[in-house]
Amino acid sequence: MTAERSVAGSRAPEHYSPGRMTPFSINAFTVTSALGCGLAAQLDMLVGRRSGLRANDFTEHELATWIGRVGGLETAPLPERFSEWDCRNNRLAWLALQQDGLLDAIARARARHGAGRIALLLGTSTSSIGATEEAYRRLTPDGQFPAALRRPIIHTAHSLGGFVQRALGLDGICATIATACSSSVKVFAQAARLMRCGLADAAVVGGVDTLCGSVLFGFNSLELVSTEPCRPFDVNRRGISIGEAGGFALLERDGAGPWLLGYGESSDAHHMSSPHPDGLGARLAIGDALARSGLAAADIGYINLHGTASARNDEVEARVIGDLFPATTHASSTKGWTGHALGAAGYLESAISLLAIQHGIAPGNLNTTTLDPACGPQIRLDNAPLARPVALSQSFGFGGSNCVLAFGTERPH
Amino acid sequence: MNAAMQQETFVDGISFWAQRLPGWEIAGAVLAGRADPPVVAGRRPSPELLPPAERRRAPDSVALAMEVAAGACAAAAVDPAGLASVFATTHADLAITDYLCETLVRAPLHTSPTRFHNSVHNAAAGYWCIATGCHAPYTTLSVHEYSFAAGLFETLLQVASDGRPVLYVAFDIEACGPLAPITVSHGLLGAGLVLSPVRTATSRARLSWSTRPGGGAQSTAARSANTELIGGNAMAACLPFYEALAAGGGPVTLALGPDLLLDVVLDSCAPAPP
Repeated sequence: MTAERSVAGSRAPEHYSPGRMTPFSINAFTVTSALGCGLAAQLDMLVGRRSGLRANDFTEHELATWIGRVGGLETAPLPERFSEWDCRNNRLAWLALQQDGLLDAIARARARHGAGRIALLLGTSTSSIGATEEAYRRLTPDGQFPAALRRPIIHTAHSLGGFVQRALGLDGICATIATACSSSVKVFAQAARLMRCGLADAAVVGGVDTLCGSVLFGFNSLELVSTEPCRPFDVNRRGISIGEAGGFALLERDGAGPWLLGYGESSDAHHMSSPHPDGLGARLAIGDALARSGLAAADIGYINLHGTASARNDEVEARVIGDLFPATTHASSTKGWTGHALGAAGYLESAISLLAIQHGIAPGNLNTTTLDPACGPQIRLDNAPLARPVALSQSFGFGGSNCVLAFGTERPH
Repeated sequence: MNAAMQQETFVDGISFWAQRLPGWEIAGAVLAGRADPPVVAGRRPSPELLPPAERRRAPDSVALAMEVAAGACAAAAVDPAGLASVFATTHADLAITDYLCETLVRAPLHTSPTRFHNSVHNAAAGYWCIATGCHAPYTTLSVHEYSFAAGLFETLLQVASDGRPVLYVAFDIEACGPLAPITVSHGLLGAGLVLSPVRTATSRARLSWSTRPGGGAQSTAARSANTELIGGNAMAACLPFYEALAAGGGPVTLALGPDLLLDVVLDSCAPAPP
């Protein structure tokens, strides 16, 4: 920066310390992943400790890795009235919307509040770039997109938000959030701000991200892709397994819970694709989530970790957990079950955290046999009964974007 | 969606960069009809926040976003470290999207790791935080043709909700390759703001806002001569807002969605006394 741009002597914003927030009730939620469609399928696989990962059968060009693939999307086009939006990512969104009575719950909320008072905030990393990749594979001889894929709306990030807004018939605030792997947890924070300021009475939040070539080969170029099913926090972990997922939750001020108790957001300010070496951004996000929820670290029963099974993430995250939480906290990554669903991972793991506190079961890690010595007693191999129905879900993304959510079954006094 | 007029917000910093309007000093005068645009278009901004080597290597999206982010903070005399931010970009870095898709067909195992991590929608925001040492959160969003209004709305919401100043950056770059006729965007266009919940020593305008149902036909149109200067950039919908700022105030209505409008009223104001 030159002298004229110098910030010396300029106003510095005071350090922002959030106060306790009013919780919001999650009156419906669902998720679809490699574990199956809807909540019962996720719970069944989590309890039975069965992974949804399989050897890569997705890419045309061979890539030796394991993936968390949702079955059947190739043969499940969108209904005719949505054909303009048809692509793998929106098919997964549509499939996920059909599960767990979500559409009925949203219809009832629309009747209560009006279509214009329900916000729609969805996270994704790559949205429907898979359709753009397909167009490049099938270019006409003169280098144009094939006619069937000359649909501008599926070649841009808001393909997701635009489609779901149409599918749900909502007229309120709608946005597609794309902060890489923190995308679909930050939507909970945005929904809380909107309802706190009276700009919405309810919010549908969620995330959808699907397998695509650029992500598989992109992570491969970073040497982050494992040739075996990922083993979060294992001393011999070899990298990530990429997955896909989609899901949605309905948040309102009142209800029977479970409750969004707090959120914390931060930036690493360190590197585009590698975490801060001391986990500084993660610590800030955890601290703000606890402050907003009015909880102490010892109140947390379960932490769903980012736990990608990359060498750097797991080492840094294990140290952060060891420093901040007591030995009684049960922490794990569920990516051994689902793979890393990238922009949808935060939502997927929030839904798993909600299942954990509702059903009193804390998942362990899957595929992991020997924990990294960096792990404290918080990080567990096996599933266990959950001592306290309060959970954190943490997500850290490329570009150093971090977000941590706090959930509980009881509305705090 | 009916919302009462929100509490006052203040515009403390303004920045703008397009090839024919390189910087707010020039852009403000041209948008207000007080000056002619430069005859020769600039190539791309060269943000001094980046070290010289990175300044050349940075993708267009990052160079552009850094330029307007730094410009808005300098105008507001606010330290970027600690400043929460919102970044809106319709398509992020279209040149990298073209590169990734083309490489995937030709030689997927030769994908560049740097270009891959620069492909995320939030790359510019990530580099901004790295360059400024900022640990405050950022949000990056796209709402297709409503992206500028949606990002402005999210910024106003964060100012109102958290009671702290927030940086807003909106940008889009040029499309290239087979994607260009489909995802149309020409040239480089970036625009920035620092919005504050209280009047400060750098406040230039008072801003009140509300939302209401309504279609895009009711939104404010930009002056056609100005539209031609940034012709066809995907973030062109920011123009009416910056025209009002250049004119010293006025009402602006922006489409926030297919059936949702954001009404903004801007009034020039004297800075708060020191």
